[in-house]
Amino acid sequence: MSIKHMQEYRDPVISKGLIESLWRISNRPIRLMEVCGTHTMSVFKNGIRSVLPENITLVSGPGCPVCVTPQNEIDAFLGLSMLEDVVITTFGDLIRVPGTQSSLQRERARGKDIRVVYSSLDALDIARKNPDKKVVFLGVGFETTAPTIAASITMAREDNITNYHVFSAHKLVPPVLAGLMEIPDVRVDGFMLPGHVSVIIGSDAYITFAERFRAPCVIAGFEPADILHAISMLAEQIEAGFGRLENAYTRAVTAKGNQKALALINQVFETVDTCWRGIGTVPLSGLKIREEFSAFDAEQVFEIIVPYSEAQTGCVCGEILTGIKSPPDCPLYKRLCTPTEPFGPCMVSSEGTCAAYYRYYCG
Amino acid sequence: MCLAVPSKIIQVDDKMATIDIDGVRRNASLMLLDEVKVGDFVIVHAGFAIHKIDEESALESLRILREAALLMG
Ligand code: SF4
Repeated sequence: MSIKHMQEYRDPVISKGLIESLWRISNRPIRLMEVCGTHTMSVFKNGIRSVLPENITLVSGPGCPVCVTPQNEIDAFLGLSMLEDVVITTFGDLIRVPGTQSSLQRERARGKDIRVVYSSLDALDIARKNPDKKVVFLGVGFETTAPTIAASITMAREDNITNYHVFSAHKLVPPVLAGLMEIPDVRVDGFMLPGHVSVIIGSDAYITFAERFRAPCVIAGFEPADILHAISMLAEQIEAGFGRLENAYTRAVTAKGNQKALALINQVFETVDTCWRGIGTVPLSGLKIREEFSAFDAEQVFEIIVPYSEAQTGCVCGEILTGIKSPPDCPLYKRLCTPTEPFGPCMVSSEGTCAAYYRYYCG
Repeated sequence: MCLAVPSKIIQVDDKMATIDIDGVRRNASLMLLDEVKVGDFVIVHAGFAIHKIDEESALESLRILREAALLMG
């Protein structure tokens, strides 16, 4: 593929045609969930909300990994950072999320060794270069991140690096979609499914969900034309009165996904029930490190257990992550909660809905 | 955390590649892909190439997008 082709996905002529067709197809009021945080950002950045017919409402979903990490896991990360000789390594967004008492950023300012890395391999490198320290990587993310972290664990084993440990707080997308449908106040007519999670798991991974709930589901890419196309396909399904799974991101998503990545996930992790912020426990929606790799499992090595708790700050991130509320419904939004002084994770993460509203929405 | 734009592979050194994203050079692991070579475009997530985009499927989806823009409704 050349640069020229890439730019064509942003072609205003294609987008204009898609917008016009959308105005023709869509009549009834519909609520579409952009499940992925990167979609939320792209929708705002490209002004997509402003060109949609009024009957189409886009709501955000549980697809920002930092946002769905529950308070007790954030507190567990903070607990780990207090331990002697421990170096915490993490992706950037996480360090600003407030825990019950503090945040990783605040602890770093107090002198704790907390380092932001770009990849799990950077964390492994830190472990290699600091044999007298215990390096803990905070494994927060979905099916896209899980194989990258699994790869780092198998490399640590091969290279005999014994001071590298991962706290696995991974979450899985298809199970949480089913979990969302069980929440009484959630009202979604169609799902725009995440592009890069789907690159790994393949479109087949959603078949059970789409069939069970007869839910309109379309896998979408991230360029404006990709998103508009996915919205048209969802509107068409809804207008026609049926719900099925379609793939609007065929240049990256295959039916079976990335088999190599899936095999790595399966080698290192097993699925377990896990807790999501604002959603609660969802069966088989998390990944735990297998017994065989327990020497690399930070939860086992350091025995940190923090009971589940919801944040008591008035933050309504939980309802935002389920599309029930939008940021202006939160009494703290813009008044007390801003990207520089975030109260909740949805304002911290660059993929968080509150941060996207704050940056792009004048309301 | 997802990078929407495919990155071009500039150099391959065993299981690591140097990639170019809009003029910025970075490293990406090739552990999750088979048969990638210099000049290929890949999607990169958290320092790992996770998918190779081939010209044919990129053009095919463009064709579908154009058709959708013209014919839908
Ligand atoms: S505006 Fe702030 S406090 Fe309100 S829901 Fe968003 S992150 Fe939470």
